[in-house]
Amino acid sequence: MSSTLVELEAVATVPRTPASGAQKPRRKRLAWGRITPYLLILPAILFELLVHVIPMVVGVWMSFIQLTQFYITNWLSAPFVGFDNFKIALDFTNPLGAQLAQSFGLTLVFTILTVGFSWLFGMAASIVLQRKFRGRGLLRTLFLIPYAIPAYAGIITWKFILQRDTGLLNELLVNNLHVVNDAPFWLIGDNAFWSLVIVSVWQQWPFAFLMTMAGMQGIPEELYEAAAIDGASVWQQMRHITLGMMRPINSVLLLLLFLWTFREFNTPFVLFGARPADSANLLVVNIYQSSFIQWNFGLGAAMSVLLMLFLIIVAALWALWNRKVQRDA
Amino acid sequence: MKIRILTAGAAALALMAGLAGCASGGGEAPVSTDASKPYAGTTLKYWATNQGPSLDADAEILQPELDKFEEQTGIKVDLEVIPWSDMTNNTLAAAVSGQGPDVVNIGNTNATTLNTTGAFLPFEGADLEAIGGKDKFIESAWQSTGPEGVPPTSLPLYSQVYGLFYNKALFEDAGLEPPTTWEELVAAAKAITNPDTGTWGIVAPAGTVNVAMHIQYIFAAQAGGSPFDKDGNPDFETAANVEGVRQYLDLMSKDHVMNPSNAQFSDGGQATTEFAGGKIGMYMAQTGNVAGLRSNGMDTDQYGVVPIPAPKGGDPVGSFIAGTNISIFKNTKHKEAALEFVKFMTSEEESEILNKAFGTLPPVVGVPASAYADDPELMDMWTQILSENAIPMSQVPTVSAYQANVGGGVVGLFGQAATGTEITDDAIKAMLAEAQQKMATS
Repeated sequence: MSSTLVELEAVATVPRTPASGAQKPRRKRLAWGRITPYLLILPAILFELLVHVIPMVVGVWMSFIQLTQFYITNWLSAPFVGFDNFKIALDFTNPLGAQLAQSFGLTLVFTILTVGFSWLFGMAASIVLQRKFRGRGLLRTLFLIPYAIPAYAGIITWKFILQRDTGLLNELLVNNLHVVNDAPFWLIGDNAFWSLVIVSVWQQWPFAFLMTMAGMQGIPEELYEAAAIDGASVWQQMRHITLGMMRPINSVLLLLLFLWTFREFNTPFVLFGARPADSANLLVVNIYQSSFIQWNFGLGAAMSVLLMLFLIIVAALWALWNRKVQRDA
Repeated sequence: MKIRILTAGAAALALMAGLAGCASGGGEAPVSTDASKPYAGTTLKYWATNQGPSLDADAEILQPELDKFEEQTGIKVDLEVIPWSDMTNNTLAAAVSGQGPDVVNIGNTNATTLNTTGAFLPFEGADLEAIGGKDKFIESAWQSTGPEGVPPTSLPLYSQVYGLFYNKALFEDAGLEPPTTWEELVAAAKAITNPDTGTWGIVAPAGTVNVAMHIQYIFAAQAGGSPFDKDGNPDFETAANVEGVRQYLDLMSKDHVMNPSNAQFSDGGQATTEFAGGKIGMYMAQTGNVAGLRSNGMDTDQYGVVPIPAPKGGDPVGSFIAGTNISIFKNTKHKEAALEFVKFMTSEEESEILNKAFGTLPPVVGVPASAYADDPELMDMWTQILSENAIPMSQVPTVSAYQANVGGGVVGLFGQAATGTEITDDAIKAMLAEAQQKMATS
């Protein structure tokens, strides 16, 4: 748009009668007008290259070399191993491949649960807070607190709460409510998975709440009034008006939540350290272990490339589905 | 941290590595006209490991010495104390990027692994002479710098060994003597343990990967084995290695003399705090824990130390030669100043001051272990363990991977034991087999 305006302005100020002396400034101003948008976008392109494209290319290159401790100060001398790193990662009879497959399945379940609950809580809170009542502003602020707290501070607080001997949760369950006699573990064993889901939902749902709340404010009140006059029940209004009108927002929201959650690293790493329980060994933590703990960056890079390919497939499938929905609508 | 950040970091490291390749790795010209302080005005960056009770406490101990060094040489040292949990990653990132400090401390178990990266300055020839030569270090400490015949890239700074700390009051109350065999240790632990009062026979940081590896190494040696064969190849699935894991795990899973909550202790500090609380009978820990216990209010008259005992008929190995080494990054732009700093840190005077403050043993010949000047009994015990019960850690390049795979596996088994799963020998064998297979990719 800015380009067009500048060009129009340039054309308008140049005399119609061509004169040899007048040609030069006209061309100069026109050229400036054309490159302005590119100049404006240049920093973004440079940073995109630096932050996304180059790391991805380097990551893909790393996945084809044997980058172990012997070569980390001179990557160029690391032997090229073709698809060997990928073969190890996808050889499910090998412990590293088996662990990768196990953590992939685990991450999928974790993601579905986290995204599902986050979306459900976000929608429910948005619906409740659509109506005006005393304290609504306070509740909105309270609900957004997990999103405002720095991730590390929030997760470390949960880590304190979930300690077996000194944690608040066991104090409540064992000493106050007497629900259980033997204090359960929340950070190791099978319970670690549920701790991970709870902490992740606590972190993610305010974003779902924020997005759905913004979406619902765009639904005209008259639609509900008309539906009520036509005899639609609250459930029908919710299903056909709220969910119907929210479909574009929800589809973007669910995709974003899925992509973010599937790549989650902060929560398991801060909660459990570099060696989480098997029940909480998410994919990115597994990749981190293969790179930094095993000192095999080539293998870690191969696993990262596989993860990237999976997420690209998910995003592509979503785009196809979304196109179909838009076409059918 | 998302995968994107990991990848971005890797790329940045790659770019920096390329740039680092262009950097000068040689010695710098004198920067001062003062002949007695040729490198005055230089600033060195130094990453120190966390030796004492906290990062701040370490900084308070080190800073006056660094100020003294600046006064003597005009070289300023910017100090950063790094927790052990971050040290390997930070050092690794610095090695890859060439953007790290000039001087860094490392755990001596990683000495050989880090040596193979080529990121550190080899101490040989004139560079070794510049810091005072090999002979200034005691022989056992020198052995922890890497395999024989290979110029070391780290020098001993603080030496430590493992010992069995026992609570004198609890032992006296139960009419017990310090154990001399593993069987006696287990019996004493059982006599002390009373979960109802929160009293336990023994404490260990069972969720800590490096400690799990240390203990497994010691116990396997007691059973006459090693995780590596004579050629330095991993050989984890031997009976001695299984025994090394089982002996440690049984404290929690079979003998029930260790609080299952110990499985959540992901650093040694938590176990030290527990032991200092006065309701734990024994604690297998390194020499430097004396400082941690003191800062938690437990003085040396409240506990005794004996060698970690072996089972009847086993080899009397109670420790490996542990400790902290000091290295210079090869691509430093201040090599001469860094050598002066390492010479200073390993001088007789500083070795005495720093090892006293951290409760560790000086690795420099002729330097007294002043931390124990008022406690000759304890001093004799550390000396005895070091000379009679300690063996060197395997000096093979894949020691760090052994630590990650076997240490990590033991931590995983402790997690299962704590949550009620019975740990069989088959489960231990399976863990070791898996660890061995993973080593193939390291």
